[in-house]
Amino acid sequence: MNINATLLGQTIMFAMFVWFCMKFVWPPIMAALDARKKQIADGLAAGERGKHDLELAAKRSAELLREAKEKAADIIAQGDKRASEIVEEAKAQAKAEHDRIVAAGKAEVDQEVFRAKEQIRTQVSAIALAGAGKILGREIDAKAHNDLLEKLVAEI
Amino acid sequence: MTTEALTSTDYIRHHLQNLTCGLQDGHFHCAHDVAEAKAMGFWAVNVDTLGVSLVLGLLFLFFFRSVAKSVAQGVPGGAQNFVEWIVEFIDNSVRGSFTGRNPLVAPLALTIFVWIFLMNLMDLVPVDYIPFLAEKMGAGHFKLVPSTDPNATIGMAIGVFFLVIFYSIKMKGLGGFIGELTLQPFGKFGLPFNLFLEVVNLIAKPVSLALRLFGNMYAGEMIFILIALLPFYAQWTLSLPWAIFHILIITLQAFIFMTLTIVYLDMAHQEHH
Repeated sequence: MNINATLLGQTIMFAMFVWFCMKFVWPPIMAALDARKKQIADGLAAGERGKHDLELAAKRSAELLREAKEKAADIIAQGDKRASEIVEEAKAQAKAEHDRIVAAGKAEVDQEVFRAKEQIRTQVSAIALAGAGKILGREIDAKAHNDLLEKLVAEI
Repeated sequence: MTTEALTSTDYIRHHLQNLTCGLQDGHFHCAHDVAEAKAMGFWAVNVDTLGVSLVLGLLFLFFFRSVAKSVAQGVPGGAQNFVEWIVEFIDNSVRGSFTGRNPLVAPLALTIFVWIFLMNLMDLVPVDYIPFLAEKMGAGHFKLVPSTDPNATIGMAIGVFFLVIFYSIKMKGLGGFIGELTLQPFGKFGLPFNLFLEVVNLIAKPVSLALRLFGNMYAGEMIFILIALLPFYAQWTLSLPWAIFHILIITLQAFIFMTLTIVYLDMAHQEHH
C-alpha cells in the first residue's frame, strides 16, 4: 500500500473515461430523454385539446337537440292547426253540399207533386166529365162545355 | 489461506498487498512482499488496481454506449430504462447542486458515480476467491477492490482537482483565482494568513475526496478479511449482514464522491463563495 505510478495511470484512465462519456454516452441519452419529454408533453396537450373538443361537441349536440325539439313542437302545432282547419273546411263544404242536395231534392219533390197534381187534375176532369155524362145520361158536348170543364180543372 | 503455516497476521497482510509490478534491475517483475514493492519506488504500478479499474470502466462505457447507440424515443426497454433511470438521477443531482452551465459536469458526475460504484461493488466478492485464483495463475497477490488502493482514489481526486483549478482560472481569470486565494477572508492586509487558509481549503478538497473513499472502502474490506478468519461455517453470520450493510455504503460513497465533485466544480464557477 504505497503511492506509486498507479496514481497517474488512474488519473489518465479517469480523464479518458470522462471524455468518452461526455462525447458518446451522455448526449444521445439526454437527447432521447428530452425528445420523449416533449413527446409526452405534446401527447398530454393533445389529450387536453381532445377533451375540450369533446366538451364543445357535447354542448353543440345538446343545442342541436333542443333546436330540433323546438322545431318538432312547432311542426306538430302547425299540423294540428292545419288539421283543424281542414276539418272546418270539410265541415263547411259538407254543409253546403247538404244544403244543395236538400234543395235539389225539395225541388224535385215539388216538381213531382206538381206533375202528380197535373195528372190528377186531368184525370179528375176526365172522371168528372165521364161522371157528369153518366149522370146526365147524355153526351155533353165536350166542345160546348169545355170552358166549364177548364174552369173546373183549374179549381181542383 | 494457502500454506499451513500461515498466521492471521500473514493472511491479513497478504490480502492487503497489491500486485505491484515494475522495472527492477533492468527487468520487469512483480513484488512478492511489501518490502519489495516499496523498494520499487514510485515508478511501479499496481497491476491489479489498474486492471480492475480499466475492466470496470470499459464495462460501464460499453454498456452505456450500447444503450446510447440504440436509444429509442418510444417506450424504453429494460436496459434503456435502467440507464435512463441512472442518467436522470445524475442529471437531477447536477441540476440541484450546479448552478453554472457546463456540459462537462453531468457526464463527469455519471462517470464518477458508476465507475466508483462498480469499483466498490467488487468489495462484495468474497475476499478469498480472487486471490486464490490469482495464486493459481501465478500472481502472488491480487487486490480486487481498486477503491481500497489509495493510488486509485488519489488518482481520481487529482483529476477532479485539476478540473477545479482549470475552471477556477477559466471562469475568474488567473488574477481572479489568485485574488480569491489571497484577498479573502481578511482583505489585502491579511494576505499571508489568507493565502494559508485558502490553500489549505483548496488542498483539502482532493484530499478529503480521496481519503474518504479510500478510508471507507479499506475499513470495509478489512472487516470482510477479519470475518474470513472465522471458521468457514460461521462466517456467513457476520459476512452476510456486513455485506448487506455494505451495499448501502458502496452506493453512498460513490454518491458522496460525485456530489462533492459537483459542489467543488460549482464553487470553481462562482465568483465568491
